[in-house]
Amino acid sequence: MSVVTLEIDGKVCTGVSGETVFDVAWNNGVKIPRLCHIGGLPNIGACRLCLVEVEGQKKLLPACITPVQEGMVVRTWSEKLIAHRRLIVELLFAERNHVCSVCVVNRNCELQDLAVELGLDHIRLRYQFPKLVADTSHERFGLDHNRCVLCTRCVRVCDEVEGAHTWDVSRRGALSQIIADLGEPWGESDTCTSCGKCVQVCPTGALFEKGKAVSEMRKDRGFLKYIVTAREKGQWIR
Amino acid sequence: MTVEELFDQQAAEVERQNALENRIYCCTAAGCVSCGSEAVRKAIGEEIKSQGLTGKVEVCGTGCMGLCSKGPLVRTSKDDALYGGVDVSNAAALVSAPETLAPLRIDTSAPFFIKQKKIVLGNSGRVDPEKIMDYIAAGGYQALARACTELGPAGTLDEVKKSGLRGRGGAGYPTGLKWELVARQPGDVKYVVCNADEGDPGAFMDRSVLEGDPHRVLEGMAIAAYAVGAQQGYIYVRGEYALAIQRLQLAIRQAERERLLGNRILDSAFQFRVDLRIGAGAFVCGEETALLASIEGRRGQPRPRPPYPPEAGLWGKPTLINNVETFANIPPLIQNGGEWFASTGTATSKGTKVFALAGKIANTGLIEVPMGTPLREILFDIGGGVPGGLEFKAAQTGGPSGGCIPAEFLDTPVDYESLARIGSIMGSGGLIVMDSSSCMVDVARFFMEFCMDESCGKCIPCRAGTVQMHDILLRMTKGEASSRDMAILEELCTLLRETSLCGLGQTAPNPVVSTLRYFRPEYEMHIRDHRCPAGLCEMKGNEGGAR
Ligand SMILES: Cc1cc2nc3c(=O)[nH]c(=O)nc-3n(C[C@H](O)[C@H](O)[C@H](O)COP(=O)(O)O)c2cc1C
Ligand code: SF4
Ligand code: SF4
Ligand code: FES
Repeated sequence: MSVVTLEIDGKVCTGVSGETVFDVAWNNGVKIPRLCHIGGLPNIGACRLCLVEVEGQKKLLPACITPVQEGMVVRTWSEKLIAHRRLIVELLFAERNHVCSVCVVNRNCELQDLAVELGLDHIRLRYQFPKLVADTSHERFGLDHNRCVLCTRCVRVCDEVEGAHTWDVSRRGALSQIIADLGEPWGESDTCTSCGKCVQVCPTGALFEKGKAVSEMRKDRGFLKYIVTAREKGQWIR
Repeated sequence: MTVEELFDQQAAEVERQNALENRIYCCTAAGCVSCGSEAVRKAIGEEIKSQGLTGKVEVCGTGCMGLCSKGPLVRTSKDDALYGGVDVSNAAALVSAPETLAPLRIDTSAPFFIKQKKIVLGNSGRVDPEKIMDYIAAGGYQALARACTELGPAGTLDEVKKSGLRGRGGAGYPTGLKWELVARQPGDVKYVVCNADEGDPGAFMDRSVLEGDPHRVLEGMAIAAYAVGAQQGYIYVRGEYALAIQRLQLAIRQAERERLLGNRILDSAFQFRVDLRIGAGAFVCGEETALLASIEGRRGQPRPRPPYPPEAGLWGKPTLINNVETFANIPPLIQNGGEWFASTGTATSKGTKVFALAGKIANTGLIEVPMGTPLREILFDIGGGVPGGLEFKAAQTGGPSGGCIPAEFLDTPVDYESLARIGSIMGSGGLIVMDSSSCMVDVARFFMEFCMDESCGKCIPCRAGTVQMHDILLRMTKGEASSRDMAILEELCTLLRETSLCGLGQTAPNPVVSTLRYFRPEYEMHIRDHRCPAGLCEMKGNEGGAR
């Protein structure tokens, strides 16, 4: 492991080779937006919110999967990037039915935070109003497809950390949907261990604990890191 | 078989064929089958029997002969002529006296034939795809023999590099460089994959090659495997291509039996197996990383690159992926050498390209031309121009990832760079002609609908962006869009191009961008005047889209 020095938004930063631009930026106080990435899970580079400009590269690169290199010059908040991110978040709000005022995680939602951070105060795109349902068949949890942004954090945490692989994605494009097992109601899933990890990593109110009223649910954002540290280092520390 | 046996068998089969009084080639590719060529073939077979000519006259089915609009097509060796629009009543004459069918004879000195140059389709229509001996008689597997005995892996690679061949799957990446990347990787386990997913709407080039000359593709793959050091190959072919799958299975079995695939190929230490993997009809599975995921049995979704497949492909091993047409170019290239190949085409685009002509054009079908042929020659000399007295409006290349080329650029040479310069792409070979009755907004909407339906849904810009773009385009064709929608549409074009994860999303805006570039007034008329100049879109309060 060698130390790598690079420039992020005009600031000289250091990281370790093998680390991603995303991690090094955050460690150095530059907060790059993200949705599909969450520390402790394999990265898939899917949401495209963490795209950054790297000098000498024609294409925008996803920070969450781009390793740092010596002498790299990175820009994370250019006007172009902000415009792209705002439009991506706008697309998400128009895609499904995100009604914050009736959501359990209102004021504790990563999607909402992104909108605030990017100054997105209205939606110009046509709302698609898809007819989606909520699966409340599980004893303790629920899945409301209206609020799902298809980040697949739940799929990955269930497969990679819990080892159950209850969740997966069915169909494609705008019709994609998270399903339990082969499309069973969650409550009837044979593989679900009811561990609740998916609920904690879900960035929105799509996966929620039952029995919570509007704005009452707080997701434990440090939880995954806690488990991964415990597993990798044998230390149960927060 | 050994190399000597290969040459002996070739000589014997050629002699046998030459001794026949007449060998009748009946096109049994999709176009001709749809107008009854199977019945013609059967009738000819019965005629041979009833005229007592068994052993003297022979009938065989072949791949596409090109002029699909004149089907069913039949070629006779007796008078070396091509007949079109034949039916069962012509069978007797075709067997013993084809010259009496003069009215059906097709003039093969017409521009349609002489302006073409057939390398990839060289055997198509001339060999029976179900008989390996036909392929061997045509010189088949001799390129593999040359690679294994004369050139060696490095020499083979050199020929491909010298040839300047570029990938025919769309992006045009230099094939020699790709092979070299795979060859240089350490390790014994490597894979060669043939991309036969052909998903562009209206494209059937790869299908034709697979149905008409499957051994060509197998030989190309075997040469590639030899050059890069792979022992296992996969052909990822879409499930809709039932005949291609059947022919490939047969061809693989035949080649294995003759020791041209499998263990101890041509009695050497080289071994290479080929297996088929059947796609389930997702366009995105043609994207290389999605294709690999699908072969591995996972959900067919792209992943970010790097790493590229030559470094980490199937099961993390170095993998070479090429298109069907790319592989089909390899045997003649190796047989005749890289310099021979490079003598056709332009400075940066070598060889020929197969196109599927479709839309408002007289000679729909499959053609092959040298790179650099002007579009005008392809469409008017070979394609026969726009029928029905209407005016040429635009040509669309590259399908949902491509663009529209207006009349003013008809003299553009068709090569990778020239097409890119005018906002289109070479693509895989779809070439759709539009006349003045086509509405460009509707064309853009059609391709956007395709991308929307085919988006895998992994990344947000493509999954949700194509929906919004289609929504706007649809409203434009109904006269319900505003100039604000137009501005958002252009914003979305930029977003998808710059931020989508894979080529599908990155190129999905191309049909919109290119029609906006050349036909912006048409968009404005839809928005401002609620009028469709082509008279195609039905507008609210302006029913029938009156001119
Ligand atoms: C959405 C999408 C669809 C594609 N479909 C095909 C296809 O059907 N056939 C093909 O050969 N290449 C297709 N490609 C290109 C492949 O990813 C890859 O570049 C190609 O197979 C490489 O072969 P080549 O170098 O011989 O062109 C597609 C790419 C994208 C982004
Ligand atoms: S349910 Fe939550 S974690 Fe799972 S894909 Fe949807 S938004 Fe992401
Ligand atoms: S661009 Fe479209 S097809 Fe490609 S990964 Fe993204 S959603 Fe899937
Ligand atoms: S956080 Fe990097 S692409 Fe989603």
